[in-house]
Amino acid sequence: MASDGSGVVTVYGSGNNGAGTQLEPKSSPFSVKVGLAQMLRGGVIMDVVNAEQARIAEEAGACAVMALERVPADIRAQGGVARMSDPGLIREIKRAVTIPVMAKARIGHFVEAQILESIGVDYVDESEVLTLADDAHHINKHNFRVPFVCGCRNLGEALRRIREGAAMIRTKGEAGTGNVIEAVRHVRSVMGDVRALRSMDDDEVFTYAKSIAAPYDLVMQTKQLGRLPVVQFAAGGVATPADAALMMQLGCDGVFVGSGVFKSGDPARRARAIVQAVTHYSDPNVLAEVSCDLGEAMVGINLSDPKVERFAARSE
Amino acid sequence: MAVVGVLALQGSYNEHMSALRRIGVKGVEVRKPEQLQGLDSLIIPGGESTTMAKLANYHNLFPALREFVGAGKPVWGTCAGLIFLANKAVGQKLGGQELVGGLDCTVHRNFFGSQLQSFETELSVPMLADKEGGSNTCRGVFIRAPAILEVGSDVEILAECPVPSGRPSITIPSAEGVEEEVYSKDRVIVAVRQGSILATAFHPELTSDCRWHRFFLDMDKESHPKAFSALSLSSSSRGSEGGSKTKPFDLPIFE
Repeated sequence: MASDGSGVVTVYGSGNNGAGTQLEPKSSPFSVKVGLAQMLRGGVIMDVVNAEQARIAEEAGACAVMALERVPADIRAQGGVARMSDPGLIREIKRAVTIPVMAKARIGHFVEAQILESIGVDYVDESEVLTLADDAHHINKHNFRVPFVCGCRNLGEALRRIREGAAMIRTKGEAGTGNVIEAVRHVRSVMGDVRALRSMDDDEVFTYAKSIAAPYDLVMQTKQLGRLPVVQFAAGGVATPADAALMMQLGCDGVFVGSGVFKSGDPARRARAIVQAVTHYSDPNVLAEVSCDLGEAMVGINLSDPKVERFAARSE
Repeated sequence: MAVVGVLALQGSYNEHMSALRRIGVKGVEVRKPEQLQGLDSLIIPGGESTTMAKLANYHNLFPALREFVGAGKPVWGTCAGLIFLANKAVGQKLGGQELVGGLDCTVHRNFFGSQLQSFETELSVPMLADKEGGSNTCRGVFIRAPAILEVGSDVEILAECPVPSGRPSITIPSAEGVEEEVYSKDRVIVAVRQGSILATAFHPELTSDCRWHRFFLDMDKESHPKAFSALSLSSSSRGSEGGSKTKPFDLPIFE
């Protein structure tokens, strides 16, 4: 049973992936879902709110765009319930560019996800930046042919999302703040947990899996691989080329930039600089060069202020 | 020893690097023109071709890449890499994108459609079995894949793929964008070779089948047999550059 098309293949044991929780496999195998994420590696995914911004992002070298009605900074400022964007807008953005187009659905709102699948988006972000639709359950992502990306703050959360069918993981960070501290905290947490897991005795993994509330098979696979078994991006608070390169050096496969580009003084220039920073993340000379004269960065929000709502804490 | 460069601007370069590691060959990541010097062959990976073209432009890589291809050194493009190597591409973004060229064919940038139309199939590639053994088929993973519409006379066709049925008709925008033509054949070319250029629309780097990588290295051997005699399974002694603190961890291969 090399392939049942239903989930992450475990590399230990008999090749039985031990996942009895999914419905019947659909035509889109997990390899194809992860495949697109693998093609996005080393790239930057940018939030855009209209076709014009999408073209600017494409022109700057974004490897995908996230189609939204409001960027997270505006969602934060305006409050209220944030929902899936108008499908008409997403279609318009899809027509405007040739790169993949992603869109956000509310956590647990599988009908929004069905709508997004039906209009043919390339990836769905089940996102805590939108208001929750279900505070107990995430979408069963195995039921979809479209692949999903989900946020996480730690290893347990990442593996729970992967078991639910997410083909790509991103840090939650704190979207719309221009403050990278939470994204750093989350990626450090995941990477640190993976490092601790690698040196753990096999006998201890059962209890460890229980303690982080993650499926044992995925914990074991992570231990064997030395990394998450899917592509991992950084997101939430990335505002400068240096932020982006920091996330890459911490071990992420790529970067989402939300409000950071189009809430800044010179979006086209900043977008291009961040794209270059992700490719040349370990070359400080290039980073210095691309960081010059970018104009004003987006406003930052200090997260030690207790009045600032934590999007990341909305789901487990 | 032969050193294989992997263009590491964006995309699946990690996957190519680990495929090379699996067959015991040294791969080098290439991000700047000067890094092409001293390489015997080059892999242009999958990814977003527009992104890769932009990044190549920022660092003025195109002249060096054209020179590399022109010098007859083996070059292999997968997916976005195929688009890079084609002399002509249709279905590009507004304003087009720069290509390296060298491969006499016309590529449709997004022939198979969006992610929902991405698929996996068993491709019949008799040539691969002839040269590298194994079965007559290989796993073809097509991710928002391009396809080759036409090839010149000295291009050898290595594999074709049936056009998925039940797909909305595939239109081919003409160069001027004036008239659109519907693709009417039921098969389409997905792998070709022209001299030292190899191109595949799918992603062998996402599978555990290393025969494409071996085949590509054998092309290098054909081009200068002597330099190659002492290669393979080399302990990568020279230049254990930069990221020496930890070996990169690879994603699993999804079966």
